[in-house]
Amino acid sequence: MCGIVGLYLKNPALESQIGELFTPMLIAMTDRGPDSAGFAIYGDEVADDWIKLTLRHPEKNYDWKALAEKIQDELDIGVEWFQNAKVAVFKLHTTDAIAEAYLAENACDVLILSAGQSIEILKEVGLPAQIAETFNLRGMKGSHIIGHTRMATESAVTMEGSHPFSTGMDLCLVHNGSLSNHNRLREELKREGVKFETDNDSEVAAGYLTYRLQQGDTLTEALEYALKDLDGFFTFTIGTRDGFAVVRDPIACKPAVMAETDDYVAMASEYQALTTLPGIENARVWEPEPSTIYIWERSSDDKRG
Amino acid sequence: MKTINLERQTVRELNQALHDQAIECTEREWEVLDPKGQHNIACGLDQNISVDIKGHAGYYCAGMNKKAHITVHGNVGQGVAENMMSGMVRVKGDASQAAGATAHGGLLVIEGNAGARCGISMKGADIVVKGDIGHMSCFMGQAGALVVCGNAGDALGDSLYETHIYVKGTVKSLGADCIAKEMRDEHIDELTALLNRAGVDEDPSAFTRYGSARQLYNFKVDNASAY
Repeated sequence: MCGIVGLYLKNPALESQIGELFTPMLIAMTDRGPDSAGFAIYGDEVADDWIKLTLRHPEKNYDWKALAEKIQDELDIGVEWFQNAKVAVFKLHTTDAIAEAYLAENACDVLILSAGQSIEILKEVGLPAQIAETFNLRGMKGSHIIGHTRMATESAVTMEGSHPFSTGMDLCLVHNGSLSNHNRLREELKREGVKFETDNDSEVAAGYLTYRLQQGDTLTEALEYALKDLDGFFTFTIGTRDGFAVVRDPIACKPAVMAETDDYVAMASEYQALTTLPGIENARVWEPEPSTIYIWERSSDDKRG
Repeated sequence: MKTINLERQTVRELNQALHDQAIECTEREWEVLDPKGQHNIACGLDQNISVDIKGHAGYYCAGMNKKAHITVHGNVGQGVAENMMSGMVRVKGDASQAAGATAHGGLLVIEGNAGARCGISMKGADIVVKGDIGHMSCFMGQAGALVVCGNAGDALGDSLYETHIYVKGTVKSLGADCIAKEMRDEHIDELTALLNRAGVDEDPSAFTRYGSARQLYNFKVDNASAY
Protein backbone atom coordinates (compact mmCIF):
# COMPACT_ATOMS: atom_id res chain seq x y z
CA MET A 1 0.00 0.00 0.00
CA CYS A 2 1.14 3.53 -0.75
CA GLY A 3 -0.49 6.91 -1.12
CA ILE A 4 -0.38 9.23 -4.10
CA VAL A 5 -1.42 12.86 -4.25
CA GLY A 6 -1.22 15.40 -7.03
CA LEU A 7 -2.34 18.99 -7.47
CA TYR A 8 -2.32 20.93 -10.71
CA LEU A 9 -3.38 24.56 -10.55
CA LYS A 10 -5.49 25.95 -13.36
CA ASN A 11 -5.68 29.30 -11.60
CA PRO A 12 -2.20 30.91 -11.49
CA ALA A 13 -3.33 33.12 -8.59
CA LEU A 14 -3.07 30.06 -6.35
CA GLU A 15 0.57 29.31 -7.23
CA SER A 16 1.90 31.10 -4.15
CA GLN A 17 -0.24 28.78 -1.98
CA ILE A 18 0.55 25.43 -3.56
CA GLY A 19 2.67 24.25 -0.62
CA GLU A 20 -0.02 25.31 1.84
CA LEU A 21 -2.72 23.46 -0.17
CA PHE A 22 -0.62 20.36 -0.76
CA THR A 23 0.86 19.73 2.70
CA PRO A 24 -2.39 18.45 4.28
CA MET A 25 -3.00 16.27 1.18
CA LEU A 26 0.35 14.54 1.66
CA ILE A 27 -0.11 14.16 5.42
CA ALA A 28 -3.63 12.74 4.93
CA MET A 29 -2.04 9.77 3.16
CA THR A 30 0.14 8.83 6.16
CA ASP A 31 -2.00 5.76 6.90
CA ARG A 32 -1.26 4.45 3.41
CA GLY A 33 2.46 5.20 3.57
CA PRO A 34 4.19 5.95 6.85
CA ASP A 35 7.77 4.89 6.04
CA SER A 36 8.92 7.49 3.52
CA ALA A 37 7.53 10.39 1.57
CA GLY A 38 8.52 12.67 -1.25
CA PHE A 39 7.23 15.13 -3.75
CA ALA A 40 8.11 16.74 -7.07
CA ILE A 41 7.26 20.40 -7.35
CA TYR A 42 7.25 22.35 -10.61
CA GLY A 43 7.85 26.08 -10.86
CA ASP A 44 10.65 28.65 -10.66
CA GLU A 45 11.65 27.73 -14.23
CA VAL A 46 15.12 28.41 -15.51
CA ALA A 47 15.79 29.71 -19.03
CA ASP A 48 16.10 27.16 -21.84
CA ASP A 49 19.90 27.42 -21.94
CA TRP A 50 20.08 26.68 -18.20
CA ILE A 51 19.51 23.42 -16.36
CA LYS A 52 18.09 22.91 -12.90
CA LEU A 53 19.27 19.89 -10.90
CA THR A 54 18.11 18.66 -7.51
CA LEU A 55 21.16 17.16 -5.81
CA ARG A 56 21.44 15.21 -2.61
CA HIS A 57 24.34 14.31 -0.39
CA PRO A 58 23.97 11.99 2.63
CA GLU A 59 25.86 14.49 4.82
CA LYS A 60 23.74 17.37 6.04
CA ASN A 61 26.85 19.56 6.31
CA TYR A 62 28.11 18.81 2.82
CA ASP A 63 29.87 21.87 1.42
CA TRP A 64 27.53 22.82 -1.43
CA LYS A 65 29.14 26.26 -1.67
CA ALA A 66 32.49 24.70 -2.47
CA LEU A 67 30.87 22.51 -5.13
CA ALA A 68 29.12 25.53 -6.67
CA GLU A 69 32.36 27.52 -6.78
CA LYS A 70 34.26 24.59 -8.26
CA ILE A 71 31.67 24.18 -11.04
CA GLN A 72 31.71 27.93 -11.71
CA ASP A 73 35.52 28.00 -12.00
CA GLU A 74 36.12 24.78 -13.86
CA LEU A 75 33.21 24.93 -16.31
CA ASP A 76 33.25 28.72 -16.49
CA ILE A 77 29.47 28.97 -16.35
CA GLY A 78 26.83 30.83 -14.34
CA VAL A 79 25.78 28.94 -11.17
CA GLU A 80 22.92 29.70 -8.79
CA TRP A 81 22.06 27.41 -5.92
CA PHE A 82 20.26 27.03 -2.61
CA GLN A 83 20.22 24.32 0.03
CA ASN A 84 17.15 22.66 1.53
CA ALA A 85 18.03 20.08 4.23
CA LYS A 86 20.19 17.35 2.61
CA VAL A 87 19.21 18.53 -0.84
CA ALA A 88 20.48 21.42 -2.92
CA VAL A 89 18.95 22.90 -6.06
CA PHE A 90 21.61 23.91 -8.58
CA LYS A 91 20.79 26.10 -11.58
CA LEU A 92 23.57 25.88 -14.13
CA HIS A 93 24.09 27.79 -17.37
CA THR A 94 24.92 24.67 -19.36
CA THR A 95 23.36 21.52 -20.75
CA ASP A 96 22.15 18.56 -18.72
CA ALA A 97 24.71 16.24 -20.36
CA ILE A 98 27.67 18.47 -19.43
CA ALA A 99 26.38 19.05 -15.90
CA GLU A 100 25.73 15.37 -15.20
CA ALA A 101 29.05 14.27 -16.71
CA TYR A 102 30.87 16.84 -14.59
CA LEU A 103 29.15 15.70 -11.39
CA ALA A 104 29.79 12.03 -12.14
CA GLU A 105 33.48 12.83 -12.56
CA ASN A 106 33.96 15.35 -9.74
CA ALA A 107 31.28 14.70 -7.13
CA CYS A 108 30.41 11.03 -7.49
CA ASP A 109 28.86 10.85 -3.99
CA VAL A 110 26.29 13.48 -4.98
CA LEU A 111 23.04 11.89 -6.17
CA ILE A 112 21.02 13.64 -8.86
CA LEU A 113 17.35 13.40 -7.87
CA SER A 114 15.94 15.38 -10.79
CA ALA A 115 16.94 17.36 -13.86
CA GLY A 116 15.02 19.79 -15.98
CA GLN A 117 13.89 23.38 -16.37
CA SER A 118 11.24 23.30 -13.67
CA ILE A 119 11.20 20.12 -11.56
CA GLU A 120 12.59 19.71 -8.04
CA ILE A 121 12.32 16.28 -6.35
CA LEU A 122 12.56 16.13 -2.56
CA LYS A 123 12.20 12.87 -0.64
CA GLU A 124 13.35 11.22 2.57
CA VAL A 125 12.62 8.30 4.88
CA GLY A 126 10.18 9.21 7.66
CA LEU A 127 6.61 10.24 8.30
CA PRO A 128 5.04 12.52 5.70
CA ALA A 129 4.52 15.27 8.30
CA GLN A 130 8.22 15.18 9.19
CA ILE A 131 9.27 15.34 5.55
CA ALA A 132 6.92 18.25 4.84
CA GLU A 133 8.48 20.01 7.82
CA THR A 134 12.07 19.15 6.86
CA PHE A 135 11.70 20.73 3.43
CA ASN A 136 9.31 23.51 4.50
CA LEU A 137 6.75 22.26 1.98
CA ARG A 138 4.12 24.72 3.25
CA GLY A 139 6.17 27.69 2.08
CA MET A 140 6.68 26.43 -1.47
CA LYS A 141 5.35 28.04 -4.62
CA GLY A 142 4.74 26.35 -7.93
CA SER A 143 2.33 25.46 -10.70
CA HIS A 144 1.86 21.77 -9.92
CA ILE A 145 3.10 19.13 -7.56
CA ILE A 146 2.85 15.37 -7.11
CA GLY A 147 3.68 13.45 -3.97
CA HIS A 148 3.92 9.95 -2.57
CA THR A 149 3.76 8.31 0.84
CA ARG A 150 5.37 4.89 0.89
CA MET A 151 4.61 1.62 2.62
CA ALA A 152 7.36 -0.53 1.18
CA THR A 153 6.41 -4.02 0.03
CA GLU A 154 8.95 -4.91 -2.66
CA SER A 155 12.27 -3.45 -1.50
CA ALA A 156 14.07 -1.75 1.37
CA VAL A 157 12.99 1.43 3.12
CA THR A 158 15.66 3.84 1.91
CA MET A 159 15.73 7.37 0.52
CA GLU A 160 16.75 5.91 -2.85
CA GLY A 161 13.74 3.57 -2.84
CA SER A 162 11.26 6.32 -2.05
CA HIS A 163 9.25 8.19 -4.66
CA PRO A 164 9.08 10.23 -6.89
CA PHE A 165 11.55 8.71 -9.35
CA SER A 166 13.00 10.89 -12.07
CA THR A 167 12.19 9.54 -15.55
CA GLY A 168 13.94 12.14 -17.66
CA MET A 169 14.00 15.88 -18.10
CA ASP A 170 11.23 17.44 -15.99
CA LEU A 171 9.55 14.05 -15.71
CA CYS A 172 8.95 11.89 -12.66
CA LEU A 173 6.82 9.00 -11.56
CA VAL A 174 5.04 7.92 -8.39
CA HIS A 175 3.54 4.46 -8.07
CA ASN A 176 1.00 2.71 -5.88
CA GLY A 177 1.01 -1.01 -6.45
CA SER A 178 3.52 -3.72 -7.16
CA LEU A 179 5.03 -4.97 -10.39
CA SER A 180 5.57 -8.68 -10.89
CA ASN A 181 7.90 -8.62 -13.91
CA HIS A 182 10.32 -5.97 -12.65
CA ASN A 183 13.37 -8.23 -12.32
CA ARG A 184 13.35 -9.40 -15.92
CA LEU A 185 12.44 -5.95 -17.21
CA ARG A 186 15.27 -4.36 -15.18
CA GLU A 187 17.78 -6.73 -16.82
CA GLU A 188 16.42 -5.92 -20.27
CA LEU A 189 16.57 -2.18 -19.60
CA LYS A 190 20.11 -2.46 -18.19
CA ARG A 191 21.18 -3.98 -21.50
CA GLU A 192 19.72 -0.90 -23.18
CA GLY A 193 21.85 1.33 -20.94
CA VAL A 194 19.28 2.40 -18.35
CA LYS A 195 20.87 2.77 -14.90
CA PHE A 196 19.23 1.68 -11.64
CA GLU A 197 20.07 2.65 -8.06
CA THR A 198 17.91 0.11 -6.20
CA ASP A 199 16.01 -3.21 -6.38
CA ASN A 200 12.78 -1.24 -6.30
CA ASP A 201 9.98 -2.27 -8.70
CA SER A 202 8.73 1.31 -9.16
CA GLU A 203 12.19 2.43 -10.24
CA VAL A 204 11.89 -0.11 -13.08
CA ALA A 205 8.64 1.54 -14.19
CA ALA A 206 10.45 4.89 -14.11
CA GLY A 207 13.40 3.44 -16.02
CA TYR A 208 11.01 1.91 -18.53
CA LEU A 209 9.36 5.27 -19.22
CA THR A 210 12.78 6.94 -19.46
CA TYR A 211 13.77 4.35 -22.05
CA ARG A 212 10.57 4.68 -24.09
CA LEU A 213 10.83 8.47 -24.11
CA GLN A 214 14.46 8.20 -25.24
CA GLN A 215 13.21 6.09 -28.16
CA GLY A 216 11.19 9.12 -29.24
CA ASP A 217 7.79 8.17 -27.84
CA THR A 218 5.44 10.89 -26.70
CA LEU A 219 4.34 10.54 -23.07
CA THR A 220 1.01 9.08 -24.23
CA GLU A 221 2.77 6.52 -26.44
CA ALA A 222 5.19 5.60 -23.64
CA LEU A 223 2.27 5.03 -21.27
CA GLU A 224 0.44 2.94 -23.87
CA TYR A 225 3.51 0.71 -24.13
CA ALA A 226 3.71 0.61 -20.32
CA LEU A 227 0.17 -0.77 -20.17
CA LYS A 228 1.33 -3.61 -22.42
CA ASP A 229 4.76 -4.33 -20.94
CA LEU A 230 4.33 -3.79 -17.21
CA ASP A 231 2.79 -6.74 -15.43
CA GLY A 232 1.31 -6.09 -12.01
CA PHE A 233 -0.78 -3.60 -10.15
CA PHE A 234 -0.34 0.08 -10.57
CA THR A 235 -1.78 3.48 -10.30
CA PHE A 236 0.86 5.85 -11.70
CA THR A 237 0.96 9.58 -11.56
CA ILE A 238 3.53 11.13 -13.85
CA GLY A 239 4.67 14.72 -13.41
CA THR A 240 5.54 16.61 -16.58
CA ARG A 241 6.88 20.13 -17.10
CA ASP A 242 3.38 21.41 -17.90
CA GLY A 243 1.11 19.20 -15.83
CA PHE A 244 0.55 15.62 -14.85
CA ALA A 245 -0.77 12.31 -16.12
CA VAL A 246 -2.62 9.49 -14.37
CA VAL A 247 -2.91 5.89 -15.53
CA ARG A 248 -4.20 2.73 -13.85
CA ASP A 249 -3.61 -0.89 -14.84
CA PRO A 250 -6.46 -2.86 -16.49
CA ILE A 251 -7.50 -4.51 -13.21
CA ALA A 252 -7.54 -1.14 -11.41
CA CYS A 253 -7.57 -2.49 -7.87
CA LYS A 254 -5.22 0.26 -6.69
CA PRO A 255 -7.38 3.25 -5.90
CA ALA A 256 -7.43 6.70 -7.45
CA VAL A 257 -9.86 9.56 -7.21
CA MET A 258 -9.83 12.82 -9.13
CA ALA A 259 -11.42 16.17 -8.38
CA GLU A 260 -11.72 19.16 -10.68
CA THR A 261 -12.89 22.73 -10.15
CA ASP A 262 -12.27 25.92 -12.13
CA ASP A 263 -9.15 26.42 -10.00
CA TYR A 264 -7.45 23.02 -9.99
CA VAL A 265 -7.29 19.35 -10.89
CA ALA A 266 -6.39 17.17 -7.92
CA MET A 267 -5.65 13.48 -7.67
CA ALA A 268 -5.32 11.23 -4.63
CA SER A 269 -5.41 7.58 -3.64
CA GLU A 270 -8.32 8.35 -1.35
CA TYR A 271 -10.89 11.12 -1.18
CA GLN A 272 -9.77 11.87 2.39
CA ALA A 273 -6.69 13.59 0.96
CA LEU A 274 -8.81 16.04 -1.02
CA THR A 275 -11.12 17.27 1.75
CA THR A 276 -8.97 20.28 2.68
CA LEU A 277 -8.97 21.74 -0.85
CA PRO A 278 -11.02 24.91 -1.36
CA GLY A 279 -14.36 24.32 -3.06
CA ILE A 280 -14.06 20.52 -2.86
CA GLU A 281 -17.73 20.26 -1.78
CA ASN A 282 -18.77 21.37 -5.26
CA ALA A 283 -15.92 19.82 -7.24
CA ARG A 284 -16.53 17.20 -9.91
CA VAL A 285 -15.23 14.04 -8.24
CA TRP A 286 -14.67 10.80 -10.16
CA GLU A 287 -12.48 7.74 -10.46
CA PRO A 288 -10.14 7.38 -13.42
CA GLU A 289 -11.02 4.39 -15.61
CA PRO A 290 -8.69 1.40 -15.95
CA SER A 291 -6.22 1.34 -18.88
CA THR A 292 -7.01 4.95 -19.67
CA ILE A 293 -4.40 7.67 -19.95
CA TYR A 294 -5.40 11.00 -18.47
CA ILE A 295 -3.20 14.02 -19.09
CA TRP A 296 -3.68 17.55 -17.84
CA GLU A 297 -1.29 20.10 -19.20
CA ARG A 298 -1.14 23.85 -19.18
CA SER A 299 -1.19 23.98 -22.98
CA SER A 300 -3.98 21.54 -23.71
CA ASP A 301 -6.06 20.81 -20.58
CA ASP A 302 -7.33 17.59 -22.04
CA LYS A 303 -8.01 13.96 -21.37
CA ARG A 304 -6.86 11.30 -23.74
CA GLY A 305 -7.98 7.76 -23.37
CA MET B 1 -32.88 12.84 15.87
CA LYS B 2 -29.33 12.46 17.12
CA THR B 3 -26.50 14.20 15.26
CA ILE B 4 -22.87 13.17 15.37
CA ASN B 5 -20.26 15.39 13.80
CA LEU B 6 -17.18 13.45 12.72
CA GLU B 7 -15.01 16.54 12.98
CA ARG B 8 -15.62 16.42 16.73
CA GLN B 9 -16.08 12.70 17.36
CA THR B 10 -14.25 9.68 16.01
CA VAL B 11 -15.71 7.02 13.71
CA ARG B 12 -15.15 4.53 16.51
CA GLU B 13 -17.31 6.60 18.87
CA LEU B 14 -20.00 6.90 16.21
CA ASN B 15 -20.02 3.18 15.51
CA GLN B 16 -20.10 2.33 19.21
CA ALA B 17 -23.08 4.64 19.72
CA LEU B 18 -24.85 2.94 16.78
CA HIS B 19 -23.96 -0.55 18.02
CA ASP B 20 -25.36 0.30 21.46
CA GLN B 21 -28.74 0.69 19.76
CA ALA B 22 -28.75 -3.06 19.13
CA ILE B 23 -29.09 -3.68 22.86
CA GLU B 24 -31.63 -0.99 23.58
CA CYS B 25 -32.98 1.27 20.87
CA THR B 26 -33.23 4.78 22.28
CA GLU B 27 -33.02 6.75 19.04
CA ARG B 28 -34.42 5.76 15.63
CA GLU B 29 -32.98 8.61 13.55
CA TRP B 30 -29.32 9.46 13.26
CA GLU B 31 -27.45 12.06 11.26
CA VAL B 32 -23.70 12.02 10.61
CA LEU B 33 -22.03 15.28 9.59
CA ASP B 34 -18.62 15.99 8.03
CA PRO B 35 -17.70 12.40 7.14
CA LYS B 36 -14.90 13.74 4.88
CA GLY B 37 -14.17 10.43 3.23
CA GLN B 38 -13.38 8.58 6.46
CA HIS B 39 -13.46 4.78 6.35
CA ASN B 40 -15.75 2.31 8.14
CA ILE B 41 -18.59 4.73 8.85
CA ALA B 42 -21.76 3.03 10.19
CA CYS B 43 -20.41 -0.50 9.99
CA GLY B 44 -21.90 -3.51 11.69
CA LEU B 45 -25.25 -2.00 12.62
CA ASP B 46 -27.88 -4.36 13.98
CA GLN B 47 -31.01 -2.36 14.69
CA ASN B 48 -33.98 -0.92 12.86
CA ILE B 49 -32.65 2.65 12.75
CA SER B 50 -32.05 5.17 9.98
CA VAL B 51 -28.70 6.87 9.48
CA ASP B 52 -28.15 9.81 7.14
CA ILE B 53 -24.51 10.50 6.27
CA LYS B 54 -24.19 14.04 4.95
CA GLY B 55 -21.18 14.04 2.66
CA HIS B 56 -18.71 11.65 1.02
CA ALA B 57 -17.75 8.47 2.88
CA GLY B 58 -14.62 6.32 2.50
CA TYR B 59 -14.13 2.57 2.37
CA TYR B 60 -16.52 -0.08 3.72
CA CYS B 61 -19.27 2.35 4.61
CA ALA B 62 -22.33 0.52 5.97
CA GLY B 63 -20.47 -2.78 5.84
CA MET B 64 -22.10 -5.84 7.43
CA ASN B 65 -25.34 -3.92 7.81
CA LYS B 66 -28.30 -5.65 9.46
CA LYS B 67 -31.80 -4.07 9.61
CA ALA B 68 -30.64 -0.42 9.46
CA HIS B 69 -31.49 2.03 6.66
CA ILE B 70 -28.40 4.02 5.77
CA THR B 71 -28.32 6.87 3.23
CA VAL B 72 -25.08 8.47 2.06
CA HIS B 73 -25.64 11.96 0.67
CA GLY B 74 -22.48 11.84 -1.41
CA ASN B 75 -20.01 9.34 -2.88
CA VAL B 76 -18.61 6.26 -1.19
CA GLY B 77 -15.25 4.52 -1.47
CA GLN B 78 -14.75 0.84 -2.08
CA GLY B 79 -16.77 -1.90 -0.41
CA VAL B 80 -19.96 -0.03 0.46
CA ALA B 81 -22.46 -2.37 2.16
CA GLU B 82 -20.04 -5.27 1.85
CA ASN B 83 -21.46 -8.39 3.41
CA MET B 84 -24.77 -6.69 4.16
CA MET B 85 -27.26 -9.08 5.76
CA SER B 86 -30.50 -7.05 5.63
CA GLY B 87 -31.81 -3.49 5.70
CA MET B 88 -31.13 -0.90 3.04
CA VAL B 89 -28.21 1.24 1.95
CA ARG B 90 -28.71 4.11 -0.49
CA VAL B 91 -25.85 6.08 -2.04
CA LYS B 92 -26.90 9.38 -3.60
CA GLY B 93 -23.62 9.76 -5.50
CA ASP B 94 -21.14 7.31 -7.02
CA ALA B 95 -19.67 4.19 -5.44
CA SER B 96 -16.12 2.92 -5.91
CA GLN B 97 -15.22 -0.70 -6.56
CA ALA B 98 -16.68 -3.78 -4.87
CA ALA B 99 -20.00 -2.20 -3.90
CA GLY B 100 -22.16 -4.78 -2.14
CA ALA B 101 -19.41 -7.40 -2.21
CA THR B 102 -20.52 -10.74 -0.76
CA ALA B 103 -23.78 -9.20 0.52
CA HIS B 104 -26.27 -11.80 1.73
CA GLY B 105 -29.44 -9.75 1.93
CA GLY B 106 -31.02 -6.32 1.99
CA LEU B 107 -31.14 -3.72 -0.77
CA LEU B 108 -28.28 -1.52 -1.99
CA VAL B 109 -29.25 1.40 -4.22
CA ILE B 110 -26.59 3.48 -5.96
CA GLU B 111 -28.05 6.55 -7.61
CA GLY B 112 -24.84 7.41 -9.48
CA ASN B 113 -22.34 5.03 -11.06
CA ALA B 114 -20.62 2.07 -9.44
CA GLY B 115 -17.00 1.13 -10.14
CA ALA B 116 -15.42 -2.22 -10.89
CA ARG B 117 -16.50 -5.48 -9.26
CA CYS B 118 -19.93 -4.24 -8.20
CA GLY B 119 -21.76 -7.12 -6.48
CA ILE B 120 -18.73 -9.40 -6.57
CA SER B 121 -19.64 -12.77 -5.01
CA MET B 122 -23.02 -11.44 -3.92
CA LYS B 123 -24.97 -14.04 -2.01
CA GLY B 124 -28.56 -12.90 -1.92
CA ALA B 125 -28.69 -9.11 -1.66
CA ASP B 126 -30.38 -6.97 -4.29
CA ILE B 127 -28.41 -4.15 -5.89
CA VAL B 128 -29.93 -1.42 -8.06
CA VAL B 129 -27.59 1.00 -9.84
CA LYS B 130 -29.11 3.97 -11.65
CA GLY B 131 -25.92 4.68 -13.61
CA ASP B 132 -23.19 2.47 -15.04
CA ILE B 133 -21.14 -0.30 -13.44
CA GLY B 134 -17.45 -1.14 -13.99
CA HIS B 135 -15.64 -4.25 -15.14
CA MET B 136 -15.87 -7.69 -13.52
CA SER B 137 -19.17 -6.87 -11.87
CA CYS B 138 -21.12 -9.72 -10.29
CA PHE B 139 -18.10 -12.01 -10.56
CA MET B 140 -19.14 -15.33 -9.01
CA GLY B 141 -22.51 -13.86 -8.06
CA GLN B 142 -24.41 -16.60 -6.23
CA ALA B 143 -27.88 -15.28 -5.45
CA GLY B 144 -29.96 -12.10 -5.40
CA ALA B 145 -30.35 -9.62 -8.24
CA LEU B 146 -28.22 -6.90 -9.81
CA VAL B 147 -30.10 -4.20 -11.74
CA VAL B 148 -28.18 -1.73 -13.90
CA CYS B 149 -30.05 1.14 -15.53
CA GLY B 150 -26.95 2.33 -17.42
CA ASN B 151 -24.19 0.32 -19.06
CA ALA B 152 -22.01 -2.51 -17.77
CA GLY B 153 -18.24 -2.80 -18.23
CA ASP B 154 -16.13 -5.75 -19.30
CA ALA B 155 -16.62 -9.34 -18.15
CA LEU B 156 -20.05 -8.94 -16.61
CA GLY B 157 -21.11 -11.95 -14.54
CA ASP B 158 -17.93 -13.94 -14.97
CA SER B 159 -18.21 -17.41 -13.40
CA LEU B 160 -21.76 -16.58 -12.42
CA TYR B 161 -23.90 -18.85 -10.27
CA GLU B 162 -27.53 -17.86 -9.80
CA THR B 163 -27.65 -14.07 -9.39
CA HIS B 164 -30.17 -12.52 -11.78
CA ILE B 165 -28.64 -9.62 -13.71
CA TYR B 166 -30.76 -7.02 -15.51
CA VAL B 167 -29.06 -4.37 -17.66
CA LYS B 168 -30.87 -1.64 -19.56
CA GLY B 169 -27.89 -0.24 -21.48
CA THR B 170 -25.02 -1.93 -23.24
CA VAL B 171 -22.72 -4.61 -21.87
CA LYS B 172 -19.13 -4.14 -22.97
CA SER B 173 -18.46 -7.86 -22.70
CA LEU B 174 -19.83 -10.87 -20.87
CA GLY B 175 -17.64 -12.91 -18.58
CA ALA B 176 -17.15 -16.67 -18.85
CA ASP B 177 -20.40 -18.63 -18.57
CA CYS B 178 -22.63 -15.52 -18.49
CA ILE B 179 -25.27 -15.31 -21.23
CA ALA B 180 -28.27 -13.18 -22.19
CA LYS B 181 -31.53 -14.90 -21.31
CA GLU B 182 -35.19 -14.57 -22.10
CA MET B 183 -37.24 -12.12 -19.97
CA ARG B 184 -40.23 -14.12 -18.79
CA ASP B 185 -43.16 -12.75 -16.80
CA GLU B 186 -41.62 -13.76 -13.51
CA HIS B 187 -38.52 -11.72 -14.35
CA ILE B 188 -40.57 -8.67 -15.33
CA ASP B 189 -42.34 -9.04 -11.98
CA GLU B 190 -39.09 -9.36 -10.05
CA LEU B 191 -37.54 -6.37 -11.85
CA THR B 192 -40.68 -4.23 -11.43
CA ALA B 193 -40.67 -4.91 -7.71
CA LEU B 194 -36.96 -4.11 -7.41
CA LEU B 195 -37.28 -0.83 -9.32
CA ASN B 196 -40.24 0.13 -7.13
CA ARG B 197 -38.37 -0.69 -3.93
CA ALA B 198 -35.40 1.34 -5.15
CA GLY B 199 -37.62 4.24 -6.22
CA VAL B 200 -36.26 4.18 -9.76
CA ASP B 201 -38.55 5.10 -12.63
CA GLU B 202 -37.56 2.81 -15.50
CA ASP B 203 -39.50 0.59 -17.90
CA PRO B 204 -38.77 -3.05 -16.97
CA SER B 205 -39.35 -4.23 -20.53
CA ALA B 206 -36.36 -2.16 -21.70
CA PHE B 207 -33.95 -4.40 -19.76
CA THR B 208 -32.11 -7.52 -20.84
CA ARG B 209 -31.67 -10.38 -18.43
CA TYR B 210 -28.31 -12.11 -18.04
CA GLY B 211 -27.65 -15.30 -16.15
CA SER B 212 -25.46 -18.34 -15.83
CA ALA B 213 -25.14 -20.77 -18.72
CA ARG B 214 -24.36 -23.32 -15.98
CA GLN B 215 -21.49 -24.79 -17.98
CA LEU B 216 -18.89 -24.25 -15.25
CA TYR B 217 -20.81 -25.90 -12.46
CA ASN B 218 -19.04 -29.20 -12.82
CA PHE B 219 -15.56 -30.02 -13.94
CA LYS B 220 -15.52 -31.49 -17.42
CA VAL B 221 -13.20 -34.41 -17.68
CA ASP B 222 -12.50 -33.50 -21.32
CA ASN B 223 -10.64 -30.45 -19.99
CA ALA B 224 -8.32 -32.43 -17.74
CA SER B 225 -5.46 -32.15 -20.22
CA ALA B 226 -5.58 -28.36 -19.93
CA TYR B 227 -4.19 -28.49 -16.39
